[in-house]
Amino acid sequence: MSQLTIRSLQFLRGERRILDDINVCFESGCVTAVLGPNGAGKSTLLASIAGLLKPASGTIDLDGQSTLAMHSSARARRIAFLPQSPEIAWPIDVETLVGLARIPFHGVTSAVEDGAAVARAMASTHITQWSKRVVTTLSGGERARTLLARIFAGEPEWILADEPFAGLDPSHQFEAADLLCAFARGGRGVVLTIHDLTLAARIADRIVILQDGRVVADGTPAEALTPAILRSVYGIDAEWLNPSGQAPLIAIHGRHAG
Amino acid sequence: MTAPITVKGRWLVPALLVLVAALACVSIVVGKVNLGWDVWSHQDDVSRAILVELRLPRTLLGIIIGAALGLSGAALQGYLRNPLAEPGTLGVSSMAALGAVLSIFFNVAGMHPFVLPACGVLGGLLGMMFLFLLSGMAASALTLILSGVILGSLAIAGISLALSLSPSPWAAGEIIRWLLGALTDRSLDDVTIATPLILVGSIATLSCRRALDALTLGEVGARSLGVDLNRVQWQLALGIGLIVGTSVAVTGIVGFVGLVVPHLLRPIVGSRPSVLLIPSAIGGAAFVLCGDIIVRLLPGGTELQLGVVMSLIGAPFFFALLQSMRRKLT
Repeated sequence: MSQLTIRSLQFLRGERRILDDINVCFESGCVTAVLGPNGAGKSTLLASIAGLLKPASGTIDLDGQSTLAMHSSARARRIAFLPQSPEIAWPIDVETLVGLARIPFHGVTSAVEDGAAVARAMASTHITQWSKRVVTTLSGGERARTLLARIFAGEPEWILADEPFAGLDPSHQFEAADLLCAFARGGRGVVLTIHDLTLAARIADRIVILQDGRVVADGTPAEALTPAILRSVYGIDAEWLNPSGQAPLIAIHGRHAG
Repeated sequence: MTAPITVKGRWLVPALLVLVAALACVSIVVGKVNLGWDVWSHQDDVSRAILVELRLPRTLLGIIIGAALGLSGAALQGYLRNPLAEPGTLGVSSMAALGAVLSIFFNVAGMHPFVLPACGVLGGLLGMMFLFLLSGMAASALTLILSGVILGSLAIAGISLALSLSPSPWAAGEIIRWLLGALTDRSLDDVTIATPLILVGSIATLSCRRALDALTLGEVGARSLGVDLNRVQWQLALGIGLIVGTSVAVTGIVGFVGLVVPHLLRPIVGSRPSVLLIPSAIGGAAFVLCGDIIVRLLPGGTELQLGVVMSLIGAPFFFALLQSMRRKLT
């Protein structure tokens, strides 16, 4: 069991507090969804854990070891970060793109081991048949699977994914979600940000809700996504349909009046 | 992991090496005086002098400078994720030329053979450093290119000022020569000066190859793969500053090599930046040798400057390339 422990995390942009006294502990083996309105600090939280942003204060520990003190390559081998709408600057083929995940392993693993990891990642995401296709020719769904394969090829302990389902149709959203869930069931950790409340309720084992840089709810979907919390965080009237079933549905009636 | 190279790409490096070797042979033999293919067995002093004093340095410098420019173009394009980047478009070549020009202007170039190249190298290094400082540490490609345009304009203004205030016609002539770029009248001393500096710069540049690959995923993607972008930026500033500064100091500004060669090779070896570096270096050597042979073969009493010919070939070629890219997109 791996743990990502965040204590008293604060991130400032100028005078503005983007993250304010965040205390949360993520555990492996489950999918944690970080929710909140736009500007709540979700992406900043993920980028801080990935080591891309330096917090003003606070600590981020991975199994007792400070991620801020880790060498950047060592951290990249353990924590993979999938940015929102990632850039792909050159028309490289799928296999080459997936292979980029092995860059932090230079000098640590052999070329054969790297090749095997890339092959496993492509097989698990069912993209082996496109290995020679140029990434610019992929559809949105194919691209999403390829980017997940790129993350899996690093065989990290943790995946931090910022809006991994943005721009995908419902079928491809579930496809990508299934891949991330399977990864978490394998004993690794997944923390993702998401705006779709129903999808979050279905795929996440745990929900953390941020508002104005603070954690306002933390628990199972049923505990964290109550109509009262949704009203206070998003200003919407919503209710759970089929709350005890396998496929919960959160119906949003509209903005809360008053 | 090791970079996968396409089937076409596998034969490219050996083929380019053969091409460079063949062009080097032609470059040694061909000129105003044709030495003939049995040049190495010539015993007479004139042939030997032409070979050792003129053709050999010219050919070796063509290879070294071409490789340096090809490599720096491919590396800058990889770093900025922009196929329009090269030392010329980023103002680094102009800064190196300004350094060399100032050494002529202040009449210190004649003090020692190392002074002018050293000033050129200093100009190139300062150019790369100003470029990164002007645009900030975490600069976007667009900011960096705009900063390069500003830097290039400033350097050209400085060179123009030196030209208009030049103390003697000799100095003005020398300054113009740096701007045009040439491989003529170079000696083995120039080879001795240029080789180690370009080698060090090339090693610094080549050691960034994995970071350049990671930058395919953008700056955020590269940093999430553990790449220290600050270190890469300074390493490239040193590497490219050294190789461009040295090449400009020895031959003046030879444009378009760093722009055209990676473009030509990308469809063959693929777009992965690390895979493009070595072929671009060898391709750059072939390109410059070819240009320098054309310069010598053109009829007329006065030999054209290499920089002029490269631009005359390069500009329409590049324009045709842009047109074909546009056709593919529409």
